[in-house]
Amino acid sequence: MSENRPILKMTGIHKRFPGVHALNGVDFRMFAGEVHALMGENGAGKSTLIKVLTGVYPIDGGEVEWEGRPFHPRSPLEAQQAGISTVYQEIHLCPNLSVAENIFIGREPRKFGRISWRAMNRAAEALLAERLNVKLDVTRPLGSFSIAVQQLVAIARALNISARLLILDEPTSSLDRDEVNRLFAIMRHLKRQGLAILFVTHFLDQVYEVSDRITILRNGRFIGEYPTRELPRVELVQKMIGKDLDLLGSLPKRTPPSAGGERPFLQAAGLGRKGGVEPFDLAIGSGEIVGLAGLLGSGRTETARLLFGADRADQGKCFVEGREAKLDSPRKAIDRGIAFCSENRKAEGIIEDLTVRENIILALQAHRGWFRALSRRRQEEIADEYIRALDIRPADPEQLIRNLSGGNQQKVILARWLLMNPRLLILDEPTRGIDVGAKAEIQRLVLSLSEKGMAVLFISSELEEVIRVSSRVAVLRDRRHVRHLAGVEIRQSAIMQAIAGG
Amino acid sequence: MPFRWRNSHLFWPLAALGGLLLINLLLKPEFFAIRYQNGHLYGSLIDILNFGSPLAIVAVGMTLVIATRGIDLSVGSLVAISGAMACLTISRGADQQSLHLVLGAVLLALAVSVALGLWNGLLVAGAGIQPIIATLILMVAGRGIAQLITSGQIITVTSKPYHFIGAGWLFTLPFSVYLAALVFLFAAWMTRRTSLGMFIEAIGCNPAASRLAGIRSRSILLAVYMFCALCAGIAGLITSSNVSSADGNNAGLWIELDAILAVVIGGTSLAGGRFSLAGTLVGALLIQTLTTTIYMLGVPPEITLVVKAFVVLAVCLIQSPSFRRAIAARGVPRKPVASRQEVSRHG
Repeated sequence: MSENRPILKMTGIHKRFPGVHALNGVDFRMFAGEVHALMGENGAGKSTLIKVLTGVYPIDGGEVEWEGRPFHPRSPLEAQQAGISTVYQEIHLCPNLSVAENIFIGREPRKFGRISWRAMNRAAEALLAERLNVKLDVTRPLGSFSIAVQQLVAIARALNISARLLILDEPTSSLDRDEVNRLFAIMRHLKRQGLAILFVTHFLDQVYEVSDRITILRNGRFIGEYPTRELPRVELVQKMIGKDLDLLGSLPKRTPPSAGGERPFLQAAGLGRKGGVEPFDLAIGSGEIVGLAGLLGSGRTETARLLFGADRADQGKCFVEGREAKLDSPRKAIDRGIAFCSENRKAEGIIEDLTVRENIILALQAHRGWFRALSRRRQEEIADEYIRALDIRPADPEQLIRNLSGGNQQKVILARWLLMNPRLLILDEPTRGIDVGAKAEIQRLVLSLSEKGMAVLFISSELEEVIRVSSRVAVLRDRRHVRHLAGVEIRQSAIMQAIAGG
Repeated sequence: MPFRWRNSHLFWPLAALGGLLLINLLLKPEFFAIRYQNGHLYGSLIDILNFGSPLAIVAVGMTLVIATRGIDLSVGSLVAISGAMACLTISRGADQQSLHLVLGAVLLALAVSVALGLWNGLLVAGAGIQPIIATLILMVAGRGIAQLITSGQIITVTSKPYHFIGAGWLFTLPFSVYLAALVFLFAAWMTRRTSLGMFIEAIGCNPAASRLAGIRSRSILLAVYMFCALCAGIAGLITSSNVSSADGNNAGLWIELDAILAVVIGGTSLAGGRFSLAGTLVGALLIQTLTTTIYMLGVPPEITLVVKAFVVLAVCLIQSPSFRRAIAARGVPRKPVASRQEVSRHG
C-alpha cells in the first residue's frame, strides 16, 4: 500500500441535525488501492459521514480534500462526476425498469440522439458477466429479481461510472456466502486497479477478510484509524461499543423446554403456496424459539408470511391453540396474537412520514380500531417506555422515523409489536444491518421474551445467531423444509449439511 | 418542537394570502370595507368567505383523498348531480315552500352523492383501479347523469327554504360560511381526535407496511371517498341553491382542479402521507381571494385566467423549497459553504 498521499482527506468534520450532533470532529482519509472498513455501532455516524462525503448533506464544519483539492459536492451527482460513487444499504434503483436501464439510467448509449437499446442491453450484459460474473436477462424488470441480485445490479451501476472511490454501504447484508465471496473477489480485483473502496459492514469476519485499514467511529466521534492486521478483533469490538464487555459471550445457556406434552401454540400442517414455499409441517410452542435456517430465497420469508397471513396459503391448514385458523390476512393473524417484523424494514416496516411515537402505537391502534383512539398522554407514556426499554436513539418520540438509523428503526418496529404483547413473534432478519452491541441486545431480548412464555419464530442468515437462540431449528432448501433439528442436534455442521443437501 | 414544525407548513400559504391582501390594500383600500346593513355584513371579505365556501368544502374532502395517495376527479360532476337531484325533487313537489320537501330533497341529494362516493371507493379499494382513472369514469359519466336528471334543461325552483342554504344569512354572516366551518371542524375532529388521520397518513405513505400493521385500509379508503363525495354533495347544494336552479352542464365545472390546487397550496403532497386541513382552508381562501381581486381590479375578462395562472405559479414556486434555495444561492454567489449552511437549517 502506498503511504504517500491520501486521495481523500477529511478533517474535523461536523454535522448537526435538529437535536443530534451526528458528526463531531471526525477525521477520515483514504488511499488509492485500499479497502477501508468504516466501523461503528448504529448511530455512530457512518451513514452520515458517507452522505456528507457524497454531497447528500452539506457539512457544518471541517475540511474535505479530494485528490489534493478542496471538495464541496452539492449533490450526489456532483460527487459522482468527481469520481465518488456509492451503493447504499437500501437499494435505490427503479424496480419497474429493466436491469440494463437501471445500470445506464441517465447515461444511456445514444445513436443520433436516440437511445440505442441494443447497445445498452449488450453493454449491460457484458458488464455483469465480466466484472461480476453473473448472467442475467438484462431486459427483465429489476423488481422480478431477488434482493441479492438487485444489490449486484446496484454495484454494477456504481462500477460502470468511472469511479476512483467506491463506497459500499452494507453491501453484503442480503447476500449469501457464495455471493459474498464473489463480491470480495471483485473488490480485490478493483483494488489492484487502484480503486479506493470504502466498505461498511457489521460482519466482523468480512472486515478481517477483505479490508486493509479500519476507521472506528462512536457516537459521532472519531475513535481511531488502524491497519486491520494490527487490530485484534476483541479490541475492535471494545473500541466500537466503548465497553470492556464480551457482549456476545454473555448469553445465558438454556435448556430447551420439554418438547412433549403441551399443545403447541401454532401448528402448520401441509401449509404451502405455489411459487412460494412447498407444503410444510411446523409447530411452535409457547416459550419456544424456533429458528429457520437456509440460504437467501430458500423459502424462509415465504414461510413467515404464510403464518402471518401476509400471503394466502393455497394448500394445507393452520391451527392456533389446537383450533383451525384461516390466516388469510395480517389482521386475522394479529387478532390471534401473532406479530411479524418484516426483513424489509423500509418497504414493509416503517411509515416514514410518521413520528417514532406514531410508528410505535400504530399496530395497537389499528387493533383497537380508529374510533377508540389512545389519548395523547397514553401514547407518549408508551413511546417513552419503549424508547427507554429498547434504548432507541435519539430518545425523542416526536422525531420522524426516517431520521433514525437503520438499527434504531428496527427497534421501533420491534417496539410496535412488543406493545401488542403477542403470543407468537415472527422475526425475519431482526439483526440485519445492525451492529454487534444491538445484535446481542436483540438476541437477549428474544430469549427473555421466550422465557416469559412467548413463542418466537426466528429467521436469520447468520447461522451462529440461529444456533445461539433457537431450541429447535427448521432448515430450508430450495423452498422446501428439509430437516428439523432439536436440542443437541443443533450444530453448525448439521445445519450446513442440511442446507447443502448432503 | 412539533408545533413549530406544523406552523412552518402553514407559513408559506399564509404569507401568499397576506401578500395578496397587501396588494389589495395598496391598490384598492375599499377592498377591506365592511358594511352593516339590515343585520347583515357586506363587503369583499364577506364575499370571499361566501363564494369560497363550496370550494373550501370540496377541498377538505379532497385533502383526505389525496392524503391516501389518491385523487378524486369526480367532485365537479357530483356538485352538478347533487344540485340537480335536489332541484328536481323540489320542482316535482306539491308545495315548494314546504320545509319537509326541502329536507327530503337535501337528504336524497346527499345520499346519492355518498352512494356515488362508495362507487369510487369500490373501484379504488376493491377493484384496485388507479384513483385518477377510477374517478375519471364518474367525472365523465357524472355530467351525463346530471343532464339526464335535468333532462338537459336548467331546472329553476322558487323554494324559499332551499334558497336559504346558499343565499341565506344567519347571525350577520352568510349561511354557507357556517356550512363550510361545520364541514371543516367535523373533518378536523374526525381525523385528529380519533386515529383516522394517522391511519390515512399511514396508508398514503406506505400501504404495504400499513397492511402488515393490521390497518383496514380498504374500509378506510371507502370511508374517505364517501366523505369526499358527501363534501361535493354539500357544495352542490350551496351552488344550486344560491341561484335557485340546477345546471347539469356548468355547475361545479373545474372545481376539482381548484380543489386539488387548494390542497397542494396548503402543503399536502400529492404523493400522499402527511396532510394539513388548515393548510387546505388557507389554500381555498387564497384561490377565492385571487378570483375576487381580479374582478375588483377590473382585469379584462379575457385575460383573467392568464393572470390567475401566473399568480398560482408564483405561489407554487414560493412554496417549493428547492426554488427558494436556488434564489438564496443566487443572492450569495461564490460562497457555497455559507449559503448551504443557511439552507440546511430548514432540512
